[in-house]
Amino acid sequence: MKFAVVVFPGSNSDHDAYYAAQHVLGQHAEYIWHKDTSLKGADAVILPGGFAHGDYLRTGAIARFSPIMAEVQTFAEAGGPVLGICNGFQILLEAGMLPGAMLRNRSVKFVCQHVLVKVEQTDTPFTNACRPGHVLKIPIAHGEGNYYAEPDVIARLERNRQVIFRYTNAEGVPTDAANPNGSVANIAGLCNEGRNVVGLMPHPERACELAIGSADGLVVFESALQAVVNGVGGHFSRTAVAR
Amino acid sequence: MRARVFVTLKPSVFDPQGKTVTDALHTLGYSAVKDVRQGKYFELDIDARRPDEARALAAEAADKLLSNPVIESYRIEIVDEVIA
Repeated sequence: MKFAVVVFPGSNSDHDAYYAAQHVLGQHAEYIWHKDTSLKGADAVILPGGFAHGDYLRTGAIARFSPIMAEVQTFAEAGGPVLGICNGFQILLEAGMLPGAMLRNRSVKFVCQHVLVKVEQTDTPFTNACRPGHVLKIPIAHGEGNYYAEPDVIARLERNRQVIFRYTNAEGVPTDAANPNGSVANIAGLCNEGRNVVGLMPHPERACELAIGSADGLVVFESALQAVVNGVGGHFSRTAVAR
Repeated sequence: MRARVFVTLKPSVFDPQGKTVTDALHTLGYSAVKDVRQGKYFELDIDARRPDEARALAAEAADKLLSNPVIESYRIEIVDEVIA
């Protein structure tokens, strides 16, 4: 399969995502510059972490207007799997492709550490290879990952099972101590109603090899492969997005 | 024509930066300061003939880019009058 890794000015996890897809997973990956207008036949799109446009104004606020984003939106509307990691998640929020917004971490500090996140739902193209309740050790690195949405939006997300990842302790309990940034309901990642667009603050692409402390994140990429090859997870079908 | 756009977090949204500034002011002895809400201020120099035209354009910019309606609201002031 082929992953498109979108590169914004200020992306810094694009190489990590590319490496995870191309070298660890052994699939194809291609960088797509944010001013491009084609995803070049990719089966899945990754909006990587970083500080697109310096995070000026608000995180993701300017990147969402990059020319490639119209194509990403079209791809997503056709059911194509889109993964937003960290800054990529923030871009999806600003673009309205996922509900809610990010606030400054409650500590007002940039937090860079391994955290534990529980996989809440496995019927998405990025979690279908996980066990339900799987607790993953994955790093975070952000200053604005304090997820916020109005209570009625949170209630809808919970009702629709759109909360995909939650910060928890080792037992999978979403305690306040396990919440690194103050996110509402310990939300670390969520999906859209179509379940094909997933955003998360932790960096699975930085946890794909034991040599760097954890290989727990690889399952996210394995899920994408399984989704594309077998049509497992979400409503995605390969022909639907063939170009 | 100049438009001033003030973007602030909605009252229902917790402001971690404002809270930190409040705490710092209290440390400095300004106990009379009960709360601080931090926001953003923009000055837009707009090529428009009428204040309402400038205001409409500034509002569009605020809706589309300057503010995020999920967490923020904004207020606009038009400062220059038309010089005929």
